[in-house]
Formats: sequence, structure tokens, C-alpha cells
Amino acid sequence: MSKLFTGAEIVFKCLEDQKVEYIFGYPGGAVLPIYDELKNHKSIKHILVRHEQGAGHAAEGYARSSGKPGVLLVTSGPGATNAVTALTDAYMDSVPLVCISGQVPTHLIGTDAFQECDTTGITRPCTKHNWLVKDVNELSKVIHQAFKVATTGRPGPVLVDIPKDIQFKKGKYIFKDSKQKLNGIKNKKLNIKEIDQLIKMIKNSSKPIFYTGGGVINSGPEASKLLRELVSLTGFPITSTLQGLGAYPGDDPQFLGMLGMHGTYEANNAMHDCDLMINIGARFDDRITGKVDEFSPKSKKIHIDIDPSSVGKNIKVDLAVISDVSHLLKALIKRFKEKNKDFLSSNKQKTSKWWSQIEKWREKKSLKFKNSETIIKPQYAVQRLYELTKNKDTYITTEVGQHQMWAAQHYKFNKPNRWMTSGGLGTMGYGLPAAVGVQVANPGKLVIDIAGEASVLMTMQEMSTAAQYKLPIKIFILNNQYMGMVRQWQEILHEKNYSESYTAALPDFVKLAEAYGCVGIRATKPSELDQKINEMISVDKPVIFDCVVDKNENCFPMIPSGKPHNQMLLGEDDEEEEISEEGKILV
Amino acid sequence: MKSSKSAYSEPGKIGKIDHHIIVVWVDNEAGVLARVVGLFSGRGYNIESLAVAEVDKRKHLSRITIVTSGTPQVIEQIKLQLKKLIPVHKVADFSRNDPKILFQELALLKVVSTKKNQQKVKKMCKKYNPIILDRSKKSFVIQVTALRREIDRLIENLRPLGLVSASRTGAVAMTKGAEVFK
Repeated sequence: MSKLFTGAEIVFKCLEDQKVEYIFGYPGGAVLPIYDELKNHKSIKHILVRHEQGAGHAAEGYARSSGKPGVLLVTSGPGATNAVTALTDAYMDSVPLVCISGQVPTHLIGTDAFQECDTTGITRPCTKHNWLVKDVNELSKVIHQAFKVATTGRPGPVLVDIPKDIQFKKGKYIFKDSKQKLNGIKNKKLNIKEIDQLIKMIKNSSKPIFYTGGGVINSGPEASKLLRELVSLTGFPITSTLQGLGAYPGDDPQFLGMLGMHGTYEANNAMHDCDLMINIGARFDDRITGKVDEFSPKSKKIHIDIDPSSVGKNIKVDLAVISDVSHLLKALIKRFKEKNKDFLSSNKQKTSKWWSQIEKWREKKSLKFKNSETIIKPQYAVQRLYELTKNKDTYITTEVGQHQMWAAQHYKFNKPNRWMTSGGLGTMGYGLPAAVGVQVANPGKLVIDIAGEASVLMTMQEMSTAAQYKLPIKIFILNNQYMGMVRQWQEILHEKNYSESYTAALPDFVKLAEAYGCVGIRATKPSELDQKINEMISVDKPVIFDCVVDKNENCFPMIPSGKPHNQMLLGEDDEEEEISEEGKILV
Repeated sequence: MKSSKSAYSEPGKIGKIDHHIIVVWVDNEAGVLARVVGLFSGRGYNIESLAVAEVDKRKHLSRITIVTSGTPQVIEQIKLQLKKLIPVHKVADFSRNDPKILFQELALLKVVSTKKNQQKVKKMCKKYNPIILDRSKKSFVIQVTALRREIDRLIENLRPLGLVSASRTGAVAMTKGAEVFK
């Protein structure tokens, strides 16, 4: 008879066999047997966070920057409900997470026991799948399947709920690759006809554009390499979604910048006027499409996505290929090279008009802003941060709001997995704990959270985690004392009625840093910015950098309410049109 | 409302709304029905009727039959989203007007009325495979099987004749002929 293990032992045996190095967690009554077992498994290090939401975002940062699944361990009841925001965030942005939660003993389930909640019920809509394990002999199978579900196909979070009595009970440990089908997740064999049709569409277009997204990043570093090859092979322009930044070099002349609500003028106009749109690993999200009826009206659209339900959800396309990005790109490039020798030079003529149109749009310099001698402009702060860190292998996380968009616009990424931001759910408070996770996964690397002062206060307690584990993360706060994006919308849509968007009584961030045993730096003048940023970089401790910026700066360019891509607002010089009543209600 | 002016995706032109019968084969495990139903409610899809029971004890397979309505795009999304659920084995989608498919619903109807009206009711149920399951002096319970809209109509017509209670299973579906849905 095979050896029997306790449920808690089985949890760790699974984690070991899945080669998990770090778990982010917080103990509590219903997971104590698992925590008791921790000491016997030296290869697994536990990072004690200060709030379960922090554990979730840290695990997300870990996953996004390393390509490995993030693992979190929380207790029942409030432990699980606190993790819900992070699980939902991971679900929206396709981040592989495995959440292990404790549950009250099976005989107490349903009795409103202390710290009981219906964890699998609550997390059902925000996970790819979840399990409540009621039989210890099922536990190893379930955990291994959980890792498989989280990491295959379109990645996402999963949750395994383990009642306390199951953690104590003894059972069998089984590890074999489960052959159970995982619903269209395996690489499908590519259809050569589809690839040929794709190539034909590429050859027939005179106004093409690549529109790439987070799917390229999720497909692994290989996909970014292949994307670069394809783009240079075709000579076509490329734009990227927020999540896709870094898959293609941000400073390359073929790159038009980010698209969407706060994307560049050239990217959005090119999307609107193109005759061929090649969507690789993006999902036609509403921040991208704007008004659906007027979205890129004259183009043929190709959609490459691993998730069949992404196709046709928002925008009808002419050709859909269900595939992992690198899997498809490899086949596409091979076939393309075979059939089209010297495509680039022979096709130059055909797209030259298109490129000169793009150059005209570029001349608008839509990311420009009026700089100041006396006050730090937030865009300028991001630009300086970029210039002073671009030669290091820097990892950037963000919170959510204006600073996030400025970071996306002005920080140029050259590698995948260097940019961690909450796009789908838009979770304020994501960046600080995410930076913790990124630093855990990438010791010795420079990790900066470009933050807003309102967002960062939502998860500020995680500075304590950074201090405990000596993670020298840098929290670069663009402090304008407002919830800036809220203020901007109120200015544009609500007659400057700044209802509750100003934060009175902000803490002194320098002293706050010191209270956590970290370093606080403040910059208030443009002239001192460079020197202070350099000081921040050189400190080998967690830093809170309070960058006091212009309070009234707005984030431009911007697609205003109810407008298609080719009607952007470029900045304060623009005549702003009145926005109708319905627009106000719906935004 | 005239065309809305929002940067959030707005209601575009709404396509023609069709009735469809979606059949889902699932592992009969705890929470599976909640997953399927939660998907519908969470994404704003309709459920007009729902019938579910285990059909294979050995393999623990249940068959869920859902009558829904939506634009072709929504119906397509329903199928694709259902297929992503881990316990789902296969999903079939039938149009309500598909001639190759049998649809059937069972209803129990309780009628309390005079002899005369009772006779009338029985007559009206004649077309729908009626079986009297229970009888008393003043009442009877009758079982009928028919299409959903036939039962809808029957219930409307029986109300003035003393129908006091109706219980329906929701539609179930099966392909005609020797064919089996794969």
C-alpha cells in the first residue's frame, strides 16, 4: 500500500511537483494545518503580505513578470473575500493564479460557522474554475488540475477551497499528467488554408495595421520575437493595447504607440482608416473600439486569439484563427517566407501612401504637453524617469488613473514582461503589491511602481511587506492631490463639479516611508527631478518618491464621449464640443 | 432614445432575436448547474426554461436543456462561453424551427370546476397526449405533453374553465432519425 499523507502535506507535495518557489499569503484559523507544514518544505518560500488583496496582486506581479503561475494562500471567510478583487483582476487580464483557501471543517459547512463563507460560490464568476475538496484522496488530483487550468489556453485564476478537516486527514498522493480534456485549450492543428488566406489578405492590403495585445505577452518571449520578425518582414505599422506594451519595441519607427481612449493620434487614425487590421492577441475591448458602429468601418479584420469566445464578441471579423500566438506566428512566418521572397521591397510602393499619411498624423505630436520651469508636469516626470532608467532592465507597475496612462504613453518598453498594469478591471491599489511580486521574481532588478497618491493609499500597507523581505521597490507617486482621472472626467463632463475627487489630509509620504523603515524622497521642482530620481535608483531599500506635480494637468490625447477614433481631443488648445446628456449618463 | 454618445460601447443595431434550444452535457458534480446558470445571469443572457437531470449514472453525466432567446451574436457567445466551462462536455444548439429536432415539454394541470367544464377541459387537452393522474369529485390532475407554445396557449384557454395550478418541466429536445449529436 502506498504511503499516506495529510492534506496539508499533499498541498506542499503538489506545490513542489509544480516547481513553485514562492507563495504569497496570510495565515488564519482555517489554513493553520497548511501553515504548520510550511517549515518542512524549504524549497518553498512564503511571503507574508499585510492584506489578502495584496497577496493576490503580488502573485499577479510575480506571474506577469516571470511567466510562471502566481500562488496565493489565504484563510476562509474574510481571507477569501479579500482575495476576490485580485482574482477578478487576474481574470480580466488573463493572469495565471492558483489561490488555495482554507475552509471551515466539512461538518460545519452551511451552518454559518465562524469565518465561513461560500468561497466557491463567491469566486465562481471570477475564476476559470474552482473546486471545493471534500475528499482528501481527490486533493492531489484537484491541485494539479488547478495548475493546468490556470496556465493553459487563455490563462487565468483558479481557486481550490480546502476544509480544515481535509487538511488533517490522511490520503493518497497521486501526480500524473491528467489526460482530462480542458475544453479547447490545447494547441489546435493549424489549418493551412487559413494561413494562406491570411497571407493573401496581407498581400492585397495597401493600408494595413497590426493591432497587438496581451495575448502576445502571455504566449511567452518567443511570441514577441516572432512578432518583431513578422512586422519587419512586412514593413507594416503596428500599434499595441495597454496590455501588449513591450511585445514590440516602443522606440521603433514602425511602432505607432498605444491605441485606444488615450492612445496616440496616429495609432487611432490608422486604426480608423486602415483597409486591413490584423489583431494578434487582443480582444476589441471597449477602451479600444470606442463607438462600435463606427469602429474602423472600411477594414477587413483578422483576429488571432487563443480564446474562441473572444472572437465576434464585440466586433465582427472577416477571418478568425483560434491559436496560441507564437504557434501561429511560427507557421505564418515560415509559410510567408516560402511564398514571398523579398516582400518588403516589392510591397514598399503599395504602402508608401499609407506611410506618408501616417507621418502626417505623427506630425501632430499628440503626446506633446506644455512643460513648465516652476512646476513638475507629470508627463515630464515620466519622461525623465524613462530616460534615467532605460539603460537598466527596468520593471514598471502602475496603479490606475491618469498616471497609468501617462506611464503607458511616455515610458517606452522594449521587452515583454516588463510592464504590469491593471487594464481590464482597472484596480486602484494594484501597483504597489504587484511591485512586491515582481521584485520577488526578479531579485536585483529595478522595479518601479508609477503611482497616483489616491491609488497607492489603497494598498499602502504592503510597504511593510517590502520592508520585511528587503525588496527595494520604488514607489514613484505622481502626487496631484486629486483622483486625477475622476477630476478630468468631471471637468469635461460634469461642468467642473469636482465632487469628492480631491483628497484633503493626505499623509506626508516622506514620513510615511520612514515610518515603514523605508526611504522617503520628495521632489517639487523640475530642476531637482533628475538628481532625486537618481538618488531613488541608487538606494538599496524600498523608496516612496513623492513627486509633487501640476494639479490641473489632463491626460491627452483622448477620444471623447461618443466619438469614433478619428475625432480625438488633442489637448487644451482643442475646441471642445459639448457632450450630450446621454453621453454623460453612459460614461 | 437617439443614438447614444458614449465612449463605453453602446447598444449597436440589435439583430433579429431568435429562440434557440441549447443542450449542454455536463459532469454531474456539485455546483455545475450554478456555473451554467451563473454564466447566463452574469452575462445578461435569457433563460426561458431549464430542464436538467442526470442521464448517465455510470459516467455521472447530466443533460441540461435551456430555452433561450437572443441575437445570432448572443447565441454564438452563449455556446462559446459554455464550452469554456471545465465540466462541460459538449454543447448543441437548435433553432426552435429546426424540422430535424423534436421538442417536448410535460405539464401537470389541476382543474377545479363543474362537470361540464371538466369535460370541456378534457376535450381541449385531447391533442396533447392527455393522462388523468388523479381525480376527485370537484377536480382532476391531467398530464399533457406538447410544444412550449402549445402549452402556453392551452394554459391561457383553460384558465376560465377552472385551471388552478400548472407545473411544467421546461422543454427537452432530441434529434430525429438515427443521428446522434456528437
